[in-house]
Amino acid sequence: MARNITYREAINEALAQEMERDDSVIVMGEDNAGGAGSPGEDDAWGGVLGVTKGLYRKFPGRVLDTPISESAFIGAAIGAATAGLRPVAELMFVDFMGVCLDQIYNQAAKFRYMFGGKAVTPVVIRTMYGAGLRAAAQHSQCLYPVFTHIPGLKVVAPSTPYDAKGLLIQAIRDDDPVMFFEHKALYDLSGPVPEESYAIPFGEANVVREGGDVTIVTLGRMVHHSLEAAGELAGAGIECEVIDLRTTSPLDEDTILESVENTGRLVVVDEANPRCSLATDISALAAQKAFGSLRAPIELVTAPHTPVPFSNVLEDMYIPDPQRIGNAVKTVAEWAR
Amino acid sequence: MTGTQEHTALTRDQLLNAYRTMRTIREFEERVHKEFATGEIPGFVHLYAGEEASAVGICSNLNDRDSIASTHRGHGHCIAKGVDVAEMMAEIYGRQTGSCHGKGGSMHIADLSKGMLGANGIVGGGPPLICGTALAAKLKGTGGVSVAFFGDGASNQGTTLESMNLATVWNLPAVFVAENNGYAETTSSSWSVASDNIADRADAFGMPGVIVDGFDFFAVHEAASQAISRAREGGGPSLLEIKFTRYYGHFEGDQQTYRADEVEHARAELDCLNRFVGRVTQTGQLTRDDLAAVDTEVSALIDRAVGEAKAAPLPTAADLLTDVYVRY
Amino acid sequence: MTDDRIAAITMPKWGLSMQLGKITSWVVAEGDEVSVGDDVADIETDKIAGTLEAGSAGTVRRLVARVGEDVPVSGTIALLASADVGDDELDAAVLQARAVIEAGAVPDEGGAPVLESAQAGGRKIDYAGVGSDGEVVLLIHGYGGDRNSWLFVQQPLAERHRVYALDLPGHGTSGKDVGDGSLEVLAEAAACVLDAIGAERAHLVGHSLGGTVAVAVAARDPGRIGSLTLIAPAGFGAEINADYLRGFAGAQTRRELRPLVGLLFADDSLVTRQVVDDLLAYKRLDGVEAALEALLGALLDGDRQRIDASSQLRGLGDAIPVTVIWGSADKIIPVGQAESVPAASKQVIEGAGHMPHMEKPSEVLAAVEAALRGG
Repeated sequence: MARNITYREAINEALAQEMERDDSVIVMGEDNAGGAGSPGEDDAWGGVLGVTKGLYRKFPGRVLDTPISESAFIGAAIGAATAGLRPVAELMFVDFMGVCLDQIYNQAAKFRYMFGGKAVTPVVIRTMYGAGLRAAAQHSQCLYPVFTHIPGLKVVAPSTPYDAKGLLIQAIRDDDPVMFFEHKALYDLSGPVPEESYAIPFGEANVVREGGDVTIVTLGRMVHHSLEAAGELAGAGIECEVIDLRTTSPLDEDTILESVENTGRLVVVDEANPRCSLATDISALAAQKAFGSLRAPIELVTAPHTPVPFSNVLEDMYIPDPQRIGNAVKTVAEWAR
Repeated sequence: MTGTQEHTALTRDQLLNAYRTMRTIREFEERVHKEFATGEIPGFVHLYAGEEASAVGICSNLNDRDSIASTHRGHGHCIAKGVDVAEMMAEIYGRQTGSCHGKGGSMHIADLSKGMLGANGIVGGGPPLICGTALAAKLKGTGGVSVAFFGDGASNQGTTLESMNLATVWNLPAVFVAENNGYAETTSSSWSVASDNIADRADAFGMPGVIVDGFDFFAVHEAASQAISRAREGGGPSLLEIKFTRYYGHFEGDQQTYRADEVEHARAELDCLNRFVGRVTQTGQLTRDDLAAVDTEVSALIDRAVGEAKAAPLPTAADLLTDVYVRY
Repeated sequence: MTDDRIAAITMPKWGLSMQLGKITSWVVAEGDEVSVGDDVADIETDKIAGTLEAGSAGTVRRLVARVGEDVPVSGTIALLASADVGDDELDAAVLQARAVIEAGAVPDEGGAPVLESAQAGGRKIDYAGVGSDGEVVLLIHGYGGDRNSWLFVQQPLAERHRVYALDLPGHGTSGKDVGDGSLEVLAEAAACVLDAIGAERAHLVGHSLGGTVAVAVAARDPGRIGSLTLIAPAGFGAEINADYLRGFAGAQTRRELRPLVGLLFADDSLVTRQVVDDLLAYKRLDGVEAALEALLGALLDGDRQRIDASSQLRGLGDAIPVTVIWGSADKIIPVGQAESVPAASKQVIEGAGHMPHMEKPSEVLAAVEAALRGG
């Protein structure tokens, strides 16, 4: 049965069902239970935004709080993965990647290749990303382009509760290191999610809206902004096809190219900063492999090349909104030589 | 606290194996030193010659369910943990028959089936991984112990310090081995390490710390035995500081102008193999003939390894793209 | 309607969970004459797209609902009236109807389906029932389908019967374990649902593999079954589109699945993105792949049908009246096999594929009603 639950609950459910099914799945991170060694409640937080709540009691000994030492515990998760466990470690904010990045991109990502195919590192690193909560520059970034760049990592960013559960289950079952990006502004989003376990394959984008005039390629929270824009544009007679990438590595090139070949017009919407980004990556892909089909230049709707600002009004300007997306669509729709 | 000089009663076979392993490392490294100078070996190598007592003194206390992580100076640890010598040589030559099919090289030789998590090109890369294997052993109840080898340079790296803290907080079956050969690249450890000894830091992380004479196989073996038993029995992690010297430069090609004449002195007066030989022949546990037989065996093994490596095929274009993922 | 010279065409209820529908295009225009069964409008719900047929005859005087707007089930979408009805009256009726649409009012849940579960050999079997009068009818879907396959048929049938649709093991929301995938497992599930309902007597309507299951259930307990209506049943010939079955079981992506699902219909415009997405979501559930593979083992012998239901059916003699319905353009099981079914009544539905109860529901409904009356 599918019933409505939140993105947060869907992630919790994925963890609980996989931990139930497979003893080797463990969870670790700062305050993932909360209260270690403190006089009050155990499982005080269940993660800073409550995502892992309840798992501590349900699976004694398998939910580990950690000191604030990312390089040690992220590295430990990776080491444990090479030794037969399937750890799901939390890098609380992806903005903190700086203090543990070596373990992720030089160790986990490269073991299989460097050791000639003899290593299996089935670790999942869950991490929060994205702006919208006024958390300011060091707690609001979208750093998935950095990880997408690294061979050996898989990068996943679900946009709905249904996708969050199915993609996390897939990530845990996957034998490669997976970076699992959770948008902090989506935790309260509600949507239909089956009670049963299911896994959504990586590298399969979701066409969330069909349309023949303009292709919008996007992911994460921007899927919702894009759909809002598309709804309004339909009133003006422009039908957008909205493609939710779901995973940036592996990337579903076929779905993107098929759509662009059909519409000839592409807008990429990406909340990350514009240089060396997902938006430029998709845009190059289309220009290289669908050049003959393009009927207008490609429009990129991204954050500006700035850190994330704090003040409400500034952060709202920073994040690509439906209006900006709509304008970009109109630009490509109306473009003529 | 200094390491004890007594030796745990080792059997004749154990002594022969210890000698064989140390001799293999020495001959391997001396040979690589020679071959590297011809220009045939690609990239960088970092030689372990002079440090054999550490790798062997510690690893002779371990078995296949125990894990070790190593450093860029990893040949000694690999050999001591049982990685195939011929495959190692082929790997150093970048051949398809190498331990990593030519895709890792000297700094990334690994054999997970033997609990060898790999040499590591990142200073301080090993300790966090060892916290992981120790955690896995603890949760799975295998009784395995995980040993992190790192240098005096890495002893200052944040990853190492965090790992020691974490290992105590989680009470992990781990041993941290600081191989202090006096230099982190060109800077001396007496300058770069703020405390008098690396072992002094153990207290700060709630674990026992021991200084050990790295030229004395028996001292290392004893100290390691204690630390490893402690870990295996659930007593938590320990720190061993092994003090010795490396006979060669940081990497092959290093002119070592930052050093004085300590290598000459060490080879003449302190060498761990000479000391081992002296001790066991004096007590009569092994004879010179026993040892000579091993020398001959080892010599032949190294010759074969080099010969095979030089003749082995190089990887192909197809090999370039394989094994990035288990399944993309 | 205050004036009973004005008849309303309303948003139909397709599927027990439907609450809203959207007109994607009008087939009729104001001024057109319609007869019963004429196409009126193309409608899309969150589950499927289809074409609404006129339930009564008359002149279309007003189109009330706009293309693309959500209309609640039972909401008026158009008005039929004879030429002598004045504009004022019609405008008033339109205003009233528009108020309902704008309010977004969703009808009473009075007629809502009741979802229940039964246990069959340790497996959970979900089923939904509607209707309170008349005899029990059990609808049994086919391979890869679920109880929602009957969405155009269950509600209308429920006006005069108690109509139940189950999810077979391995399908829908029922338990996904199918054991050895044999017919016995499926038949037991259906029989257990009849027990759970407390039905001493029931009519069975089965589609494709569901038809084979219906025959098996009847064979177990012929006295309990009032009639058998078989829609494109499996088990009555050797030929079957094995590539479709294997392809369906193995498909991992939308790209692989879409063309296969298209094969089920004569007109594949019924196959919306939502239909394919729902199928993919089903296929991804833990245990479904294994269940579909196990069932294939029972269904196929190489490229031919393994099951022989016709001898089972012949064994029942004249005890149970049998009706067989088949789409003329069936690309999965050839319509010619209808000849091999020992049935009192046979009806071929022109222009329908393997899913006539979805493509031509009003014709199938009429045939089923006739079968139920006869039984």
